[in-house]
Amino acid sequence: MSDETDVGVPGAASVTGAGEGPGGVAAGVAPAVRVRNLVVGFGPKDGADPVLNGVSFEVAPGECLAIVGESGSGKSVTARSLLGLAGDNAWVRADELSLAGSDVQNLSEAQWRRRRGRDVGLVVQDALVSLDPLRPVGREIADSLRLHTRLDAAARHTRVLEALERVGLPDAGNAMRKRSGELSGGQRQRALIAAAIALDPPLLIADEPTTALDVTVQAQILDLLATLKRAGTGILLISHDLAVVGRIADRIAVLCDGRIVEQGPADEVLTRPRHPVTRTMIAAIPVDKPRGLRLNPRAAEPVLPSLSYQSGVAPGSSPDDCDRDTSPTTVLEAIGLVKRFTRPDGSEQLAVDSVSFRLERGTTLGIVGESGSGKTTSARLALALTRPDAGEVRVLGQAFSAVPEKERRALRPHLGAVYQDALSSFDPRLSVEQVLRDAVAGGARRTGRVGASAGAADRLRVLGLLEAVGLPQGLLGRRPLSLSGGQRQRVSIARALASGPQILICDEPVSSLDVTVQAQVLDLLDELQRNLGLSLLFISHDLGVIQHVSDQVAVMLDGRIVETGATARVFAAPEHPYTQALLGAVPRIGF
Amino acid sequence: MSDLEIQAGLGRSPRTSPSHRFGVAEVLAGLFGLFLITAALFPALVAPGDPLGIDPLSAFQTPSPAHWFGTDESGRDIYTRVSHGTGSSLLIGTLATMIGLGLGLVLGTLAGMLGPVVDFTVNRFLEVLFAFPGLLLALLFILIFGPGVATATVAVGLATAPGYARIIRGQLILVRSSAFVEAATVLGRSPGRILVRHVLPNALAPLFVLGTLGIGQAIVWASALSYLGLGAAPPAAEWGAMLAAGRTYIGSAWWMSFFPGLFIVLTAVSATALGRGIERRMRHA
Repeated sequence: MSDETDVGVPGAASVTGAGEGPGGVAAGVAPAVRVRNLVVGFGPKDGADPVLNGVSFEVAPGECLAIVGESGSGKSVTARSLLGLAGDNAWVRADELSLAGSDVQNLSEAQWRRRRGRDVGLVVQDALVSLDPLRPVGREIADSLRLHTRLDAAARHTRVLEALERVGLPDAGNAMRKRSGELSGGQRQRALIAAAIALDPPLLIADEPTTALDVTVQAQILDLLATLKRAGTGILLISHDLAVVGRIADRIAVLCDGRIVEQGPADEVLTRPRHPVTRTMIAAIPVDKPRGLRLNPRAAEPVLPSLSYQSGVAPGSSPDDCDRDTSPTTVLEAIGLVKRFTRPDGSEQLAVDSVSFRLERGTTLGIVGESGSGKTTSARLALALTRPDAGEVRVLGQAFSAVPEKERRALRPHLGAVYQDALSSFDPRLSVEQVLRDAVAGGARRTGRVGASAGAADRLRVLGLLEAVGLPQGLLGRRPLSLSGGQRQRVSIARALASGPQILICDEPVSSLDVTVQAQVLDLLDELQRNLGLSLLFISHDLGVIQHVSDQVAVMLDGRIVETGATARVFAAPEHPYTQALLGAVPRIGF
Repeated sequence: MSDLEIQAGLGRSPRTSPSHRFGVAEVLAGLFGLFLITAALFPALVAPGDPLGIDPLSAFQTPSPAHWFGTDESGRDIYTRVSHGTGSSLLIGTLATMIGLGLGLVLGTLAGMLGPVVDFTVNRFLEVLFAFPGLLLALLFILIFGPGVATATVAVGLATAPGYARIIRGQLILVRSSAFVEAATVLGRSPGRILVRHVLPNALAPLFVLGTLGIGQAIVWASALSYLGLGAAPPAAEWGAMLAAGRTYIGSAWWMSFFPGLFIVLTAVSATALGRGIERRMRHA
């Protein structure tokens, strides 16, 4: 790949032989898109490594091809190349690149504009930023009709209404007058799909269309895409998650480092993966994997968490707490927590409504729920970052939420926290080393007269932490901004471990990560828990993740815990209808 | 995941390429800034003549190899005067900006740190100040304390303070509610330590850039006051005062006003270009 002569002549050899000629395409019908030997690079032509190197596929009308790959594998570049949106400094070359049977190579920008929307529609991940916040969604959808058709206003109105009804927006006539901010996440995504299909393009490109959505909404959107597919639209689905695409894809192409490493019928790829990359991705799916099973087989040797970061302290005990083994087995307890928020219009909302839970020593309590269910507020209450309106939080049997922050600070070292957005939880001025040094230094001020010996001891503990979370020492001088998502989350975990906590509160720690990276982080948390005897409060919207990590699980809906119990019991025989609905919506491989 | 890709993409390209190279504007601004600083510290180096030396025989000469910027009604060399005026203009600009920043820092910190009551009070006070155009505020101050270079400097500083106070207050509130401050709380840090270690450095970092940007503006304002006869008085070699002196002869001797004016504009533009450059570098550091 790095060989420059190879770049100049992207021969057929660079295409992996796996299933190049798609089977399901009926002869005689022009495919919605046909790509042969697509090479895309950025910067000087032939100068750098291409981002895409010899990608070939086609999508027939009424067929769904899923392109699956990790971040940086070239998925989105593929999608954009099909829209002429690869970027100003990108060069695109292909033996064939055709939409609806006509060649689209070397089109001018004006020619592309005529084709976008007509020959190909695009649905992206974040509907909120893709729709103009100041215009009603109906007007947004009508735009493409105005540009591409000679329909008058009344006819356009009818077509917009039709499109919104096709995507299953309830009360379409009313919805088209709303702005994107007034719609829920699922409704926005539907509106975006309506805009993409308003002109009935033969090809719909969906780039991570459900990644930001709750599971139940995700299932609905996937069903909608399946309906469109049956109606004859060719769909190119782009995702990092094999379990999601498995629901509707007819064929799957696995992309890695700009090449398609495996391509074939969906059930064949999912059940008999041939390429190691595909196997890793399938193994990474946490659904139905029992606790303790490694999700990432590639790293076969377990990371042995050395306890050296706790040096100066006997392993397994934290400072100033020798009697902890005699303390009760419940390490974290929430009793009847209530938290109200005032809405902008003055009305009150119960974000958390009489929530109680107990976290037992050495176990994991999973809290699962959809957005707005009060999970994150519960985590903030447990960390005493916000004051409950009623109820209390007890840590190691001692009052935690009910005492002033000054007294609470003595208990804080027992609690570590890992956040969803690791990057924003780091001071942007500090390097990884400074972040970790701050954490190991504890509350103690190590300035001035405290000598170099303390500094050297700190450095040893920082190195021990890095080793424990499986990060190389070379990252110490870097800023978190320049790290990958998985590395940032590892630094975040290292920081949480610095004080030698007994409890780790993880709020959506893997939600912004690729499935394969998520698997590595989950494996790491599992190992750390077993080796350090940690108790985990693990919050996630992802039932698959919760099922994999939790001993006990609590399901939240509208601020209340509607079902709680041992994970195996809840997942095998859910009692509450909401839990049943959630479980039915979880994407999984195999039926 | 697209998020990560976009972030990585953003992180890669602008950081490796443009911000580590100097733009043409930055290089030119830097060279001009160097000239200004030399002229301010050692005016004799760039213009050996006497800025106040009268030579009636060579009055109103057009720009020529002998007199680059021409001469004024008393035959004084405009180039020499402009060069020798650099020091006082820069000093006024810098001092005024520092006064503005200092006052803004005090007011902004009060508002941003001491709770809602102080915040409310300071904000209402700032709004009253904002109701007056900045220059009017400066004029008011001069009206009370009388004209002169020192009063003009303080006046300009006062006039710019409300803007700085607002920005500092906003920065403090933004940083205090950020996730990394919360993370420090969870680690058990005391409020004072969080303030010193995380809040202040992050909130005040942009001030340096603001100050650089502000110097240009302050010089323009100070010159405007001198032009109105409220700052430096003729025949002192100060840009605003020279601009005012040339006003009478603008029809016949355009160079008398043009070159001091050009230096005011170039100084302001250079300060802005340098400020933006520093800002861009800090953002990607």
